[in-house]
Amino acid sequence: MSNAPIVNDAEIIGTDVTSQPTPTATSAGGKRHRKRFASLRNAKSITGLVIFGTFVILAIIGPWIAPYDPSTITNDLLLPPDAQHWLGTDHLGRDILSQLLVGTQGVMIVGVLAGVLATALAVLIGVSAGFLGGAADEILSALSNIFLVIPALPLIVIVAGALPNAGNLLIAFVLAVTGWAWGARILRAQTLSLRGRDFIEASRANGESTWRIVWFETLPNLTAIIASSFISTVTFAVLTQTTLAFIGVTSVTDWSWGTVLYWAQANGALARGAWWWFVPAGLLIAILGMSLTLINFGIDEFVNPRLRLAGLSARRMRKTGIRPRIGFTAMVRDAPTGPAARRPAPSAAPVPAAAAAPSSASASEVSR
Amino acid sequence: MKFLVRRIIFYAITAWAAITLNFVIPRLMPGNPVQSLINKFQGQLSTSATHSLYVLFGLDKHQSLWDQYWTYWGELLHGNLGISFAYFPTPVSEVIGQALPWTIALVGISTIISVVLGTLLGTFIGWRRGTWMDGVLPVTTFFSSVPYFWLGLIFIAVFAVLIPVFPAGGGYDGALIPAFNAEFIGSVVQHAALPAITIVLSSVAGWILSQRNMMVTVTSEDYVTVAQAKGLKERTVMFGYAARNAILPQVSGFALSLGFVVSGTLVMELVFSYPGIGYSLFQAINAHDYPLMQGIFLVITISVLIANIIADMVYVFLDPRTRQEG
Amino acid sequence: MNTVSTPTPGIGESVRSTGAGRPVLEIKNLSVDYGYGEDRVHALRNVSLTLREGEVLGLAGESGCGKSTLVYGATRLLPPPGLISSGEVLYYPEDGGEPVDILRQPEDALRASRWQDTAIVFQGAMNSLNPVHRIGRQITDAIAAHRPETTKAERQDRARELLDMVGIDPGRISSFPHQLSGGMRQRVMIAMALALESRVLIMDEPTTALDVVMQRQIIEQIVELRENLGFSVIFITHDVSLLIEIADRIAIMYAGDIVEQGPASRMYRQPRHPYTRGLLNSFPPLRGPRREMTGIPGSPPDLVNLPTGCPYHPRCPYAMPICSEKIPTLIEPTAGGSEPGRLVACWLEEDAEATVPPELAVRA
Repeated sequence: MSNAPIVNDAEIIGTDVTSQPTPTATSAGGKRHRKRFASLRNAKSITGLVIFGTFVILAIIGPWIAPYDPSTITNDLLLPPDAQHWLGTDHLGRDILSQLLVGTQGVMIVGVLAGVLATALAVLIGVSAGFLGGAADEILSALSNIFLVIPALPLIVIVAGALPNAGNLLIAFVLAVTGWAWGARILRAQTLSLRGRDFIEASRANGESTWRIVWFETLPNLTAIIASSFISTVTFAVLTQTTLAFIGVTSVTDWSWGTVLYWAQANGALARGAWWWFVPAGLLIAILGMSLTLINFGIDEFVNPRLRLAGLSARRMRKTGIRPRIGFTAMVRDAPTGPAARRPAPSAAPVPAAAAAPSSASASEVSR
Repeated sequence: MKFLVRRIIFYAITAWAAITLNFVIPRLMPGNPVQSLINKFQGQLSTSATHSLYVLFGLDKHQSLWDQYWTYWGELLHGNLGISFAYFPTPVSEVIGQALPWTIALVGISTIISVVLGTLLGTFIGWRRGTWMDGVLPVTTFFSSVPYFWLGLIFIAVFAVLIPVFPAGGGYDGALIPAFNAEFIGSVVQHAALPAITIVLSSVAGWILSQRNMMVTVTSEDYVTVAQAKGLKERTVMFGYAARNAILPQVSGFALSLGFVVSGTLVMELVFSYPGIGYSLFQAINAHDYPLMQGIFLVITISVLIANIIADMVYVFLDPRTRQEG
Repeated sequence: MNTVSTPTPGIGESVRSTGAGRPVLEIKNLSVDYGYGEDRVHALRNVSLTLREGEVLGLAGESGCGKSTLVYGATRLLPPPGLISSGEVLYYPEDGGEPVDILRQPEDALRASRWQDTAIVFQGAMNSLNPVHRIGRQITDAIAAHRPETTKAERQDRARELLDMVGIDPGRISSFPHQLSGGMRQRVMIAMALALESRVLIMDEPTTALDVVMQRQIIEQIVELRENLGFSVIFITHDVSLLIEIADRIAIMYAGDIVEQGPASRMYRQPRHPYTRGLLNSFPPLRGPRREMTGIPGSPPDLVNLPTGCPYHPRCPYAMPICSEKIPTLIEPTAGGSEPGRLVACWLEEDAEATVPPELAVRA
């Protein structure tokens, strides 16, 4: 039984405990292109990517489409949503929709930048640890475990609090320094398992340089894990940035979703029942976080085929009458069971050559 | 035993790293934070407090960095974490000592409830994969993406303001005098309920998802199929074979993500004005109370490390492979 | 070893000294898919196979041919995405009552009958034992589930007895799996399978992961235990020459289908399907005269992309035009000379015009 990534179509799980049909090299080659993007065809990933893409666009055009200047103080104090202010105003009469739109940029910049930096660190440290082995591995692993165990938020709070007027770039940098460890840990484990595989051994035997093996043989096989660790770090960075802004560690005049919540909390929005002040910002964070989680689900299912279920959703299975039950192989209900299916009429039409295409299995079924 | 020894060495190194980090950070800060602080507290600081600040921030020109480091350790081992600015002249250790029990009770109990509940639910959902139970997953995904503190805000708005069934904040009714009597304890429980529910709800999703995924992975292991082939009762297979093995990575995952979870719950204390260590931390931030911030950081790190050691012991207890003799 | 390789008479009225030759397990037209809908892969296509009382039925073929899928499908132990799409699996109770269709049995009834009727020795003992439980507990929990009236002490005694039976020091009863060697774990698996003295024992490549000496010991042990206890065995392996030694009857699978079955000795002396012949030439015989080892050119087909017609034709040295057009059916061979108890799925046997190569035809 193997845990290896599966070459079969993403929709049908490849691994099974008993007899995984081993696809030959040729058939795998033909489908590889499709496989590589199989994770992207996953419905969860697509949903996640579409939402994430929307936020990226909002981050770019947010300041332009914002109807008001988010910091302009007006006399429309604490208005509930109406036609003028779609999401109402705060205690100084500032437009909340504009604050959120302008704030998207800060959140996304910090999230993506911290994600990129942390992932670069994770790849550097994780892959080196996995590849070098020995004492270097021990030291690098211990280092990433230390960073994992030390609670990041209080540390960031101290660092950010001590720095006067911590801007977005600085926050992103601090988040990257504190958030790389998880990715490094996973990448190290995966590198270790890759290192022992045949094709890496073969490259070594061929005398390829370590640098070449890492760059051309190992990294491409870590793509999914690197992507997953990038997404996780972005999630971590977005949540932490929002938290920092909420507790007022970052500059309270730089708009971000957390800043909106900071003002709401500081001015008794809860007691005043000004739900429009704190509900939308949190929902945005939740939706962005969820889109990232969905992307990662898709990647997880790609990496760990056991998480996939025959490409069947619970709803579709109910419709087809298949009852999934661990330890009892599902049976297609009302399937014809007659023994007549066995012997075909001798005059069965010969299969046309064209039927040799993709689903020849079902084509031969027809010929029976 | 070898496993435990290795882990203990690791925790010793981690504790040393955290303590040293605490020493280094203020010394790396640009400018002269102490001077600006002293200016801010104009005249409120005694000479000795000013001096201890200088020592803390490494601005004591009479000492080399190395000597400072040793002084720092000496102070630390005597439990001396400096004097708090915000609660001047109360020592930091005393401020933390008052806040810590609240946090341990609230965060500790709700985290344990959350882990146990999440693991149980994850076990069932993973076992019944492909049934209606999968419908729980999108909901848990949503909750796992929500920042803890925001859920806290919503809960206060709904259950303390809109429908006032719970107090909006604080650790106990301000009219009561802290004592070991039914009235006070009842008030404490009443005040802790909403934050605890919020912490459980926002963190349980993560445990559900990870246990569910581990169950899905483990149920395709051969020994689970063997257990099914043996015709064991479903409960035996689910708990004795599948969940029993799925829980191992869950325990090590618990240890590693504890720092993250605790960070999240600390913010919750701010939202609920709960008199714990997280609330003190944010008071410290607002007051630029560096000695208190650092002390809290140290205490939180050490607590997380202790929780990690406990998780490791549980792991050793659960996995016979780690206690191989010889 | 000599006692087991007695040739069995014709399939219709197979009689062995150890049993009445009644069927115990009858697989009828079993089809198994991986996945559902347009992306499914047919892993088994209308396979029928009968196991008779007291016999050792060998199931052979290259990896991925569906031999494990067949037995796990028939016992409903195949994990998702495996899906049974049609067929029946009849179990004939010992008292001669009405046969039960395992595939349509309610889950509770099937759970109760598992291990009692059919026990399985799994492939790869490395992952077949629960790493966190002591081996004694893993043997006794099966007994406890099916014989709740026994006391804990009785079950412990039984576990010790079973360990002793498979050549393990009964003192190892409280060992954890990681404290045992691969061979010992495999023996524990066998002991576990014998715990309830089930009528059918399925052995899925029980020796593949072991070294040759260990393989030998375990095979001999199995043969001896079967002699004493009289259960029926389905023995899965890719090693045909091993089957020739221990099996009464052999079925050869290729690409999810049985291509040939018949008495072991006849199959050895006279393979009629070109694939069987190729398989026999890929392994050195354990006994008897040496054969020339040739192996089979090419590799097993990808079930996702099966060739049309007979799936073996691209690798078959005797392929004819019809082979790439239509799938041959499993029938009693005629063209190369008839033979009782033999079933072959090959156009050489079905097409009257075809000339059967002399090496595949019946020789007296």
